[in-house]
Parts: sequence; C-alpha cells; structure tokens
Amino acid sequence: MSSALMLSAAAAPGGSVLFVIFALAACLCAVAVVAAQTVVRMAFWLVLSLGSTAALFFLADADFVGAAQLLIYVGGTLVLLVFGVMLTASGPYLKIATSPGEIILGAVVALLFLCVVVASISGVSWPEPQVADAGALQTTAGNTLRPLGLAFLGTRPDQDLADGDQLSPGYLLPFEIVSIHLLVVLIGAAYLARAKRRAVGT
Amino acid sequence: MILGVQSIADFLAGITEAIAPGKGLQYVLAAVIHAVLLVHAFALSPAVFIWLERKVAGRIQDRLGPTRVGGLFGWLQSLADGIKLVQKEDLCPPAADSLLFRSAPYFVCVASFAAFMVLPFSHGWVAVAADCGLFIILAILSLEVFGIIMAGYSSGSKWSLFGGMREAAQMVSYEIPLAICALVPVIAAGSLNLGEIGGMQRGGIQNWFIFHNPFAFIAFFVYFVVATASCKRAPFDLAEAESELVGGFHTEYSGIRWSFFFMGEYASMFAVCGIASILFLGGWNTGIPPLDDALYAARNAGAAGQGSVIVGYLANVLGLLVFVSKASLGVFVQIWLRWTLPRLRIDQVMTTCLKYLTPISCFLFLGATLWPLLLATAAQRSTWTPEALGVRAAAEIRESAAATAVPAAAAAQPVAGSAVQARLDATTEGAVQ
Amino acid sequence: MSLSAYLLVGAVLFVCGIVCMATKRNGIGVLMGVELVLNGANVNFVAFSKYTQLGLDGQIISLFVIVLAAAEAAVALAIALNFYNNHLTIDVDRASKLKG
Repeated sequence: MSSALMLSAAAAPGGSVLFVIFALAACLCAVAVVAAQTVVRMAFWLVLSLGSTAALFFLADADFVGAAQLLIYVGGTLVLLVFGVMLTASGPYLKIATSPGEIILGAVVALLFLCVVVASISGVSWPEPQVADAGALQTTAGNTLRPLGLAFLGTRPDQDLADGDQLSPGYLLPFEIVSIHLLVVLIGAAYLARAKRRAVGT
Repeated sequence: MILGVQSIADFLAGITEAIAPGKGLQYVLAAVIHAVLLVHAFALSPAVFIWLERKVAGRIQDRLGPTRVGGLFGWLQSLADGIKLVQKEDLCPPAADSLLFRSAPYFVCVASFAAFMVLPFSHGWVAVAADCGLFIILAILSLEVFGIIMAGYSSGSKWSLFGGMREAAQMVSYEIPLAICALVPVIAAGSLNLGEIGGMQRGGIQNWFIFHNPFAFIAFFVYFVVATASCKRAPFDLAEAESELVGGFHTEYSGIRWSFFFMGEYASMFAVCGIASILFLGGWNTGIPPLDDALYAARNAGAAGQGSVIVGYLANVLGLLVFVSKASLGVFVQIWLRWTLPRLRIDQVMTTCLKYLTPISCFLFLGATLWPLLLATAAQRSTWTPEALGVRAAAEIRESAAATAVPAAAAAQPVAGSAVQARLDATTEGAVQ
Repeated sequence: MSLSAYLLVGAVLFVCGIVCMATKRNGIGVLMGVELVLNGANVNFVAFSKYTQLGLDGQIISLFVIVLAAAEAAVALAIALNFYNNHLTIDVDRASKLKG
C-alpha cells in the first residue's frame, strides 16, 4: 500500500514519539522487574521489557535483529525461564517481602551506579557514520537481511575495503561455533536437569 | 498503489497540508488507515469462520447448524454471539493473579493481529513491506505462547495450569517444524519478503512453489499439519479438550475475555493459511497464465497512470479475492479435519512433532537445498519449468527494490562509476541468481 | 532518537539487571537480571551500529549475543533445577553448603 511511507521508522516524523514510548516502556518494565513481588510477575514485566527492546531495534533500522530478539529471546529464552519458574515453585504466589529500608538503599545504590554509567557514556565523542556508503547499500533503511547475509559470507558492500582486499573474513566460522556450542549446551542442560528422584522434604 | 497516486501519504498530503503542515499528520493518518483496515480483516475473519465452523460441523454431523438468526443460513449468528459475550459479567476468580489474568488474552490477540501487519493481501497491498517479513511473522506468532502460559498459570485452577502447560509445550515444540517447512520455499525463492515471494509465482500454476520441487510439495502438507497444530486445532486441541480438562487454559475465562482467545485463534488460522497460500499456492495469482499477465499489466499501467486507474485497482481487488479464497479454503480444510479426526493424546502430539515431523522437515530442507544441484548435474538446468525461477526472482527483487527506494537516499547515492556502486550492483546480481 | 538516548536506555536496562542480580533471593530472579544486562548490551550494540561507523558488525554481534544468552539461560536453568531437585528450594541464600 504505502510501503514508501514506512521507509525508515526513525526518520519518519512520528519516529521520535515512538522511540520515547518504547524507551519508556523498556525502562519502566525493567524497573518493574526489580520491584515485582512474585517471580511470575517478574517474568511478565521482563517479557514486556524485552518486547519494547525489540521495538527499539526496529526503530533503529535493525529489522532482522528485532525479529530475532522476539523469536529467540522472548519466544524461546523467556518461555524457558517461565517453565523453570513453574518447575521450581514452592507455593502459590509466594511473595518476597523486603523492608522499606532495603528498598531505599537499593534505589540509592542503583541511582548512583546509573549516574556513573551515564557520566562515562557522555564523556566520549563517538565517531559519525559515513552517510554515503550507508545510503548506497540499503534502498530502504531497515532492510538489513541481504546485507547481513552477505556480511556473513564475507562480502561487505557497505565498507570501502581496499582494492586488493575485497573480502572480509566473514562470520561463518563464529556462526558455526556458536551453533555447535548451543547444541552442546542444550544437550548438557537437558541431561543436567533430568528428572531424578526428588529429595525428601526437610 | 491505490488510485494512481504514489502513496497514501502523498494522497493525504494534499488534504493535511491545509490542516497542519509537515509530514507528521499524514504519517499518523496513513498509519491509522492501515490499522483500521487490518482490524477489519482481523475481526471479520473470526466472525465468518466461526459461522462457517458451525455450519460445516452441522453438515458433517448430519444436521443444519445455525439457521435462525439473520435469515436462512444464520448469517448473523456470530454477531448475536458477540453481543451476548460483550454483555456478560466480567469475572476474575478470587484465587487468580488479577494483573496476569486480565492481560493474558491481549497477548494472544496482539500477537495474532500483528501477524497481519506483514501479510500481503495483493500485489503491493501490504502494511509493512519488510524484507524479512516471513521471519517477522514467525517471531510474532511465537509470542502467543506467553498468553497461554499466563492464562493457564494465573487462573489459579489446576485444570487451567495443566492445560496451559501442555498447550505451551505443544506450541513451542511445533514452532520448529513450522519454521523449517516455511523455509523450504524460501530456499527456492531467495527472499523472505512475502510480497516478492508472491510475485515470483506469477505466470501460471506451474510457477507455484508447491510444484517447484518434490520437497516443496511434501513441505506444503507438512506445513499445513504443523500450522493446524500450532493453532491448537483438532486433532491437536489438548488445550480445549472439553472431555478431559474442562476448558484447559481458558476454563476460568468468560465473556469478552474468552472471545479474545478465540478471535486470536481464528485470526491466526487465517494468517497461517494465508502464509501457506503465499509460500506454496501462488498467493494472489490466479494460476491461469493469460489472466495473470493481463492482471499484472493492468495494475502496473494503472499505478503508473498510463492505463485506466480503476481497472488497475480492480485487478488488485481480484488478486485480493483470490488470496482470501485460497486462505479460506485452507481454513475450511482445518475445520473439516477438526470434525472428522479424533483427538490425539499429549504424548502422541509431542511424539508426532519431535520424532516424526521435525526429522521430516529437516530432510525436506536438506533436499530442497540440494535440488538445484541435482537438476544442474542431471539436466543442465536450475528449474524444471521453461522459465527459470532465477529470472523471475531477479525481476521481482529489482522491482521491489525500486518500489521501496528512498528518494533522499537516491540523492545521496555515490555516482554510478564509483567502486562501491559497481560492487553493489555486482553483488545484487550475484545474490539473485 | 540520538545515540545518547539509546545509550541511556541501555544503561538503565543494565543497572536494573545488576540490581536484580544483586538483590533477588530467587535463583530464577537472578537469571532475569542476567537477561536484562545482556539486553542492555544489545541495545548499545544496535545503537552503535546505526549511529557510528560500526555498521553491520554491531547487528551481527547482537545476533551472537542473543544466541549465546539463550545457551547461558538454558545452563543456568538446568543448574537451578538440579539444585531444586536436591534441596527443594530455589532460595540462593540457602545455597551455603560450601561456606567456610
């Protein structure tokens, strides 16, 4: 219909409003994860926070990474966490009670830490991107699928490599290593967590 | 490309310039128009399919189904049911975790609705023409599991918890063969963009990806079975196994909250059947070569302003009707399956997925990857049809890239003779072959 | 919209994750803190990919981070389940058998 309209969500005039909405959602839900009383509610707020992070990825013209975040992180890792919560539940809706003093102390420490991190970020002047090459590669910002695939193979049209140096090493070997790593880890985790005779309650 | 103008935004620009200068208002209006159209698609498909289910179930069971409300065939039965559900009391069990209980139906609904965002209903008629559209749909459909888990856990009832956990295990397991089978035509097409995949199947029924290689043929049926399972439809409907679990994860839900679950279910049935028709059955293409070419020429002429704009628009509408009827045929077959086959046990469901369908999907994936190599060594061609797929794919990808080109980026493009541009052209050509 | 805004979001996620890891008694709660930390890092990578010369490398690295986070969550969850099977509790304060 108007695919020309959804060019770059960030460059569109509504982009900054959307960014503020999803950034606030991500941050507030992360704070809610810390503040939640039951583990399942922590999982709920974590799902919302990671979903908002995926929306931030879409706004930052990283469509594939955003979709991968939703599929793998939210749809896989968090479901695994929730299953773990269900399997280790020790009572219905067990509440974790914290005293007000501890809450204030935790909040103060968190704010101090945040100030340290923000101060160290704002003290650096980050280099600007080369606009011409970035525009040459993607006809629509956000269509990172083919460039990512080519980058994995080693051809980098987005970089002006020297003439004798047409290829970068590519990312296929790390990809294979990570795949085998994931396979080994999951087999080990399944073995480690197999159902054994449960210990008699103390 | 509606009504011969470049985009809805430009169409609105003339109107909104008077109200508020700048692109903000026209962007918001265009987004609202898209959302309203998709909400109509999302809300009408459950209404129609629930009525269809009741009529088909009735006929299979040698009775008539709804016949009274709204005329001879009970056309308005869904509307009457909807009104009844809306005015019911909003219950929340006292033992339930009320925040999660109230928000679980919205997870399911939002996940189901968001899949419509990247689903192309006709040539160029897609809300978000994302390059990785199929990947986005698979990612969003995997979010429904959370709604089920939250509903089952937070209801505070053991039937809900059992049903929810069984259902979550089933849906998560069936995502694997769903993704692998959906990738089989993508291997042939070379693109995850659903609009491009649909466009590559233009020109006749022999171009449909279901006939591209024998592995894609089998993959269609495997995909259909897996999609039925992931929509929690019989024979995989443990979650709603009325005779076993009362109501599964939606035992404690009533009224409009219950109906949200079923809107999500029927809408995602339509969505996965729509994906099946785009990936395997040619999408909005009729399959009759002269008709396909005539429609394509008519809509291009209408969009460019050279031919009749109305005829171009009607050609797109015909494509829309073809797409909707193919998807509805898939939903009809799912309804037929529900009322014909007995229900599987949960261990049979998991065995089917993990021991049979996943290895079969992996074998089909491997076969589809090796098929062009086999054809090239045995018959010195890459596709068995007279027109090679690579030619159609290249044309479609170039056209889609031109359609979504950013005017500003065109100005920032380096000059044609530059090394980067030359390498870009070379890799684009190499990538589409 | 600017780089600093994305980095601020990443910083908030990171700090929330650290506080979650430090203060939660439930083992799975600690794991959720780890997920928040990794997501903060991912937001940073994607922001740098868009606003600096990092380019596509930032998105590739964030893909690897997502996959490795899944692997790490699986292992940590297996350890937590094993602990629960042996001690019938998931409270990290009770995991003190090796204390000197």
